Amino acid sequence: MKTLFDRVFGGKHGLTSLAVLALILLAILPLSLDIFRLNLVGKYLTYAFVGVGLVLLWGKAGVLSLGQGVFFGLGGYCMAMFLKLEASDPISTKIQSTPGIPDFMDWNQLKALPAFWEPFHSFPFASAAVLVVPALLAFVIGLAMFKRRVGGVYFAVITQAVALIVSLAIDGNQGYTGGRNGITDLRTLLGHDIRSQQAQYVLYFTTCVLLIGVILLLQWMLSGKMGKILLAMRDREDRVRFSGYDVSAYKVFIFSLAAALSGIGGALFVLQVGFISPSLVGIVPSIEMVIFTAVGGKLSLYGAVYGALLVNTGKSLFSENFPQLWLFMMGGLFIAVVVLFPNGVAGIWQNLTDKTSRWFAARRKAPATAPAVEVNVPVSLETETSKTP
Amino acid sequence: MGQYTASELWSITAMQSFAGFSLFSVLLLMALGLAIIFGQMGVVNLAHGEFMALGAYTVYLCSQLAHNYAPALIPVYFLFAIVAAFLASAIAGLFVEWSLIRFLYKRPLDTLLATWGLSLIMQQLFRTIFGAREVTPTLPDWLMGSFKPSESIDIPINGVFVMALTLALTGGVWLFMYRSRLGLRMRATVQNRNMSGAVGINTRWVDRLTFALGCGIAGVAGAAFTTIGSTGPDSGSRYIVDTFLVVVFGGTASLLGTIASAFGIAQAQSIFEFFLEGTMGKVAVLMTIVVILMIRPKGLFANKVRS
Amino acid sequence: MTTSQQKMFAPLHTLRRAIPGLMLATSLSLQAADYPTASVNTTGLSITETTVTVGQLHSATGTMAISETGSIQAEQLAIDQINAMGGVLGRQIKVIPEDGASDWPTFAEKAKKLLVNDKVATVFGCWTSASRKAVLPVFEKENGLLYYPTFYEGLEQSKNVIYTGQEATQQILAGLDWIAKEKSAKTFYLIGSDYIWPRTSAKIARKHIENKLGGKVVGEEFYALGHTQFGSLINKIKLKKPDVIYAIIVGGSNVSFYKQLKAAGITGENTTLITISVTEDEALGIGGENLVGFYSAMKYFQSLDNANNLAFVKAFKAKYGEKSVIGDVTQAGYLGPWLWKAAVEKAGSFDVDKVTAASPGLELTTAPEGYVKLHPNHHLWSKLRIGQWKTDGQVKVLYESALIEPDPFPKGYQ
Repeated sequence: MKTLFDRVFGGKHGLTSLAVLALILLAILPLSLDIFRLNLVGKYLTYAFVGVGLVLLWGKAGVLSLGQGVFFGLGGYCMAMFLKLEASDPISTKIQSTPGIPDFMDWNQLKALPAFWEPFHSFPFASAAVLVVPALLAFVIGLAMFKRRVGGVYFAVITQAVALIVSLAIDGNQGYTGGRNGITDLRTLLGHDIRSQQAQYVLYFTTCVLLIGVILLLQWMLSGKMGKILLAMRDREDRVRFSGYDVSAYKVFIFSLAAALSGIGGALFVLQVGFISPSLVGIVPSIEMVIFTAVGGKLSLYGAVYGALLVNTGKSLFSENFPQLWLFMMGGLFIAVVVLFPNGVAGIWQNLTDKTSRWFAARRKAPATAPAVEVNVPVSLETETSKTP
Repeated sequence: MGQYTASELWSITAMQSFAGFSLFSVLLLMALGLAIIFGQMGVVNLAHGEFMALGAYTVYLCSQLAHNYAPALIPVYFLFAIVAAFLASAIAGLFVEWSLIRFLYKRPLDTLLATWGLSLIMQQLFRTIFGAREVTPTLPDWLMGSFKPSESIDIPINGVFVMALTLALTGGVWLFMYRSRLGLRMRATVQNRNMSGAVGINTRWVDRLTFALGCGIAGVAGAAFTTIGSTGPDSGSRYIVDTFLVVVFGGTASLLGTIASAFGIAQAQSIFEFFLEGTMGKVAVLMTIVVILMIRPKGLFANKVRS
Repeated sequence: MTTSQQKMFAPLHTLRRAIPGLMLATSLSLQAADYPTASVNTTGLSITETTVTVGQLHSATGTMAISETGSIQAEQLAIDQINAMGGVLGRQIKVIPEDGASDWPTFAEKAKKLLVNDKVATVFGCWTSASRKAVLPVFEKENGLLYYPTFYEGLEQSKNVIYTGQEATQQILAGLDWIAKEKSAKTFYLIGSDYIWPRTSAKIARKHIENKLGGKVVGEEFYALGHTQFGSLINKIKLKKPDVIYAIIVGGSNVSFYKQLKAAGITGENTTLITISVTEDEALGIGGENLVGFYSAMKYFQSLDNANNLAFVKAFKAKYGEKSVIGDVTQAGYLGPWLWKAAVEKAGSFDVDKVTAASPGLELTTAPEGYVKLHPNHHLWSKLRIGQWKTDGQVKVLYESALIEPDPFPKGYQ
């Protein structure tokens, strides 16, 4: 039986990964970057929440969703609604025909706050909604699909359609959602200016701490029975089902959990960037988030974080210097990751460390020991790699 | 609707059903190539829209050529341009299959990501070569305008043209798949790859040709769409979700399923759009499809024996 | 304005020929040495004795690249011309171009980079309302200055933004008055793309039609951006038989819309259609043959026949090729750098607060659209013109209004 320490941190090896990530996020980056760049890193890290959800869903459970942007967006919208209401007090909106309601409602001739906006006056409600709304939608979709054993490509295409529907529906109901412009001009959270440098530092560290917390929680969850069942499900779903497990219930749970995590990411995105719009909900961001995960390594929770950081940093730098080349790069990256490095950065890293440890073992002329199997890179990694040409 | 006369209502109904049929042919044309690639080979080609755009750009090039070097050919160049569009997209398809797709046959989800990457690259290529602005080929006069069977009915000729082309192409594909040698090999390979190989079919070439055929048909679709819309670097991405929904909704196993699904979606969409306002009409259609797919996940015409 | 400054706004074709002499003249009056950096830049902007850095923030890639290319080119042309004349306060303008990539968070990110990291003196940029809304809080927070070229929905007035395009009422009301009178139109069908600008414009148009013109709106519909199938809509139009179709469709949908209208037998010969969203840029994609006889209402057309415009068109084509076309927003983009230069020189400083304080009341006599004046609400006084499309993708200007006061928060239209 593993100790709680082993389960949460993933043993000595996992502890190293954690320490490295914490060192980078909490010390190296804040000390070496100015607040502008650090704020960008904070934004990228919010995508990592979607990434770790996708590791669970795609890497561990074998279900690829192309609609994670929807959940990210919903989390973001829940937070943005609270912030928008706070920013729309009657005094600062006194030039409107109906003061006290968000500006875009006034532009669309709404005379009163719609009922579903009312509860978002309350911060506890909005925070809960950030988790619950995405999870609930995922639960409904998941229940309908997984019970009927829809998976693979079908699930991917249908979730993509969901992304299109939700972004169109937000676009089409301008008076209630802000439409294509989204919800903009968010200023304060519970009276604190979220645009000040100090607030941005606080938000950055909050994001880091929450992200690390989420990773530890997931490690704990995966190191138990859940992890084994997911792995078994991904590789031999029928056998798991025949052994009496309710496969669909596990999938629904994982899908909802990944959605809730994406929701957290969305909320933190809104706090750091100051707005949300349907362009973060649609098909393109949803697929881009999958690629962050693929680059980091779809089997590794830490990989998802590095993937989000690497791709987005690359995007920022590249588009600043060679805007025309950016799409070529991005497209090439997609293909390279899929064809050449199916386990992403984490896979490359794993190969490297395996090789060096073997090399050291050989140098010591001791019998080569099998590399320790770490929790966040499951056993089947070997078989996965061997399948690729 | 008291203020309208019976004949007016009749005309509108006629034109509205024509709009439905016209949309049906558009959807079918988009989905036909993908139905072959996705349905027969199980390859999720998210760059399918870009192959359509490639076909459309080929027509644009042909129109420029005709315009600059042989103005006399303008009335007829379009027919040659369609063939050229087929060839251009099919050759590009051959190349893509050879350089990328063949490594990914066992991994459908990975083809999905790789072809998305491919679509980004193709979009940027279009943008670099043809510029970011949308382009339109000069169309022969006989393609534009409308034809009036009665005083109050206008039937767009380009719509009729797209319908005729769709009919011809669908017939051609059906003949090819069910009445030709290569079609037989293609279906055999889908059903049992090893067995087909054992009886002497070169399955690798069958795959390559199937993929090229699907891409070529996408090219023809793109060529046809230049008569109703414009072509820009990202026009392919506008079509891709609709295309996939048509194929998935129809069930991937049969051509008939794709036809039925294109028909159903087109009629639903034109009716919803007539009675609902713009965007929400589209949302309503998509919702209906997704809900039906949740109930019948394998689409309308599912092949029960598939594992 | 001093006489030497007025000379600088002389028609551009004479300028181009007279550049060496003029440079001498201007550098005599405005040498950098007369304006030491320490005094013209008290807020730490990126300004040296010889250069001043500005930002340019448009989509060079992505879906909006189609539309924004013209603005990028026009701004660059204006900056080149200003540099050739000796720059601003004796300093050459250095441009840092950034790509918003048609993605609003990227716009916000890049705006912040330009203001916080690059310390640019001003930014020329944005196109869609969504991108402007995304960067607006950044500009207000960092106290930057943005010149925004697009005609837009109004309902906004920021001390950090100068709007060089028309706000909605300037573009809509006079056009409706004209068409209602000219065509004795009573019934209108409003069609738009589904986002804030078309929706707000349609709202203003509806109020004007119903309250001022005594007409009736028989249909009002919005389609998602990128929508390409208008068959059902066209049938509804045929059923309702409006006197005027009022179109506010943008982007790629435009091409499908006009092609399908023509294919369904709705042409300029038998139908009155007026649009506020088709400029020469869009006409290039739609094809003049699909637009013939329809009307556009905006403040600028490439075919305007005045000395300023002839010079501008000539310079533009010399730089970007004989085939290039110039639309309303392109011209508005061209005004940005000139307005900024005028404001800086009036203020004698690059400080954003002083430049914005100097801006109200500024006049340009050399604008291609004719005389423009900057209102205290940061919008421009401008005329409205109606053009009728010809097969070559240019318009014949049929009507020109008096100068219209900008009113971003119009009473009675909200």
